Amino acid sequence: MKPLLSVRDVTKRYGARIGCADVSFDLYPGEVMGIVGESGSGKSTLLNCLAGHLAPDAGLVRFDTRDGGMRDTITMSEPERRMLARTDWAFVHQNARDGLRMSVSAGGNVGERLMAVGARNYGTIRASAEDWLGRVEIDTTRIDDRPSAFSGGMQQRLQIARNLVTAPRLVFMDEPTGGLDVSVQARLLDLLRGLVRDMGLSAIVVTHDLAVVRLLAHRLIVMKDGHAVEAGLTDQVLDDPQHAYTQLLVSSVLQV
Amino acid sequence: MIRRALLKALAVPGYQVPFASREMPMPYGWGTGGVQVSAAVLTPDDRLKVIDQGADDTTNAVSIRKFFERTAQVETTERTADATVIQTRHRIPETELVDGQILVYQVPIPEPLRFLEPRETETRKMHELEEYGLMHVKLYEDIARHGTIATSYAYPVKVENRYVMDPSPIPKFDNPKMRMGAIQLFGAGREQRIYALPPWTDVVSLDFEDHPFDPSKADHPCALCGAEDSYLDEVIVDDAGGRMFVCSDTDFCRARRDAGHRGATGRPAAEGAA
Ligand SMILES: [Zn+2]
Repeated sequence: MKPLLSVRDVTKRYGARIGCADVSFDLYPGEVMGIVGESGSGKSTLLNCLAGHLAPDAGLVRFDTRDGGMRDTITMSEPERRMLARTDWAFVHQNARDGLRMSVSAGGNVGERLMAVGARNYGTIRASAEDWLGRVEIDTTRIDDRPSAFSGGMQQRLQIARNLVTAPRLVFMDEPTGGLDVSVQARLLDLLRGLVRDMGLSAIVVTHDLAVVRLLAHRLIVMKDGHAVEAGLTDQVLDDPQHAYTQLLVSSVLQV
Repeated sequence: MIRRALLKALAVPGYQVPFASREMPMPYGWGTGGVQVSAAVLTPDDRLKVIDQGADDTTNAVSIRKFFERTAQVETTERTADATVIQTRHRIPETELVDGQILVYQVPIPEPLRFLEPRETETRKMHELEEYGLMHVKLYEDIARHGTIATSYAYPVKVENRYVMDPSPIPKFDNPKMRMGAIQLFGAGREQRIYALPPWTDVVSLDFEDHPFDPSKADHPCALCGAEDSYLDEVIVDDAGGRMFVCSDTDFCRARRDAGHRGATGRPAAEGAA
């Protein structure tokens, strides 16, 4: 099978400091890759390089585009990259406020990506928005409310609906459950797991929370000081960690 | 320098050209952008008309007209058909504008995307890449809230199927007139932007398939001249709160009354109260 995303030797430096270095992996269609590590491990830098928010200093990030086959998204033109970002890619921010338009109704937030790719029928757009609010368990009577009137968990679910409405082929998630109460986290994880399974989503999920990758990710990469120190199937890595750092990470978390 | 910006604006219809706005002997909001554009295009042979919301006789219109009479020694007129340059705030005259005329708009906020995206760097990028989904989000919000597209002024348009443009706060009733024989120039003084439409440029008002653009206006005839196809202002006529609808274009209304047309109030032009 052909990978959807092929990452080779991606390196990003901030002056003398390493953001991430020589990271390589392939992501296959329908697969969820977890990237775990402590803060400062380079996992967010890596995610931003992959999603086109940061330009890496070296490496290749090749994506299987609909029209042109495998294309390096680092060297493609900015208009092409922005087009990908609003069609085949989606990005779920840790802070829902970064991913939502707070002055626009929930329905408008969900409909924006549809309108961005040319939807011009109000009734159809609204029906899609209602459908997606339902799928992320937001009462459809809230469709005309602004996200500022929503709880943190609802905002995050709305952000997910807004991202998934155009059926993107690759979803980037940056600490999708971060900052939420534990009970809210559990519900969101359940929802995400259902969506991943039902839609066959391909995703890259960055988190410091091993419970998140255990539930969502098929494979994972462990990062430390900008380097990938261990990679493999999620259950294998978590149940039988090989690298000393992973062992530390697993034991410290599982004791909590 | 403003002329160069105007030429560039005419070459790329609907594109906002930055220019270095000059200090003007009037405060922003009084049409400094329009005045600078008018000053750049007026020649001694021109005849200037200035309107404010359709009227030639408001303080703002009168003072701009006097300003140009004194500084540019141009003739002025209130008759739309006789004017070669018309500076306007928030209206397009009812009389059809033709080849050889220039319509200069005063523009408060030139950026149609500002409403939802305050970052200038981002809105420029959106114009460059034709990322205009956000304009429809604005219209979506209108329908969601009011059941219909409630935007009735500064209704966004797409120019030659390329740039989305703010037509300045003219009523949407005037939008279809923007496809015209005259040159249209837009000046935003505070925001330092100029944009333009050459004659017969294609101008389309944004809408949805199931909520098409509707340029309708108040469903009344003019109380003074009886016109049924002109844009109307609602005016209070007495202390008892009596109201009537009259043409916002004062020149158009007077010309019709001069030609013998009468509305419900039946008064001739000389007694016209509006
Ligand atoms: Zn009238």
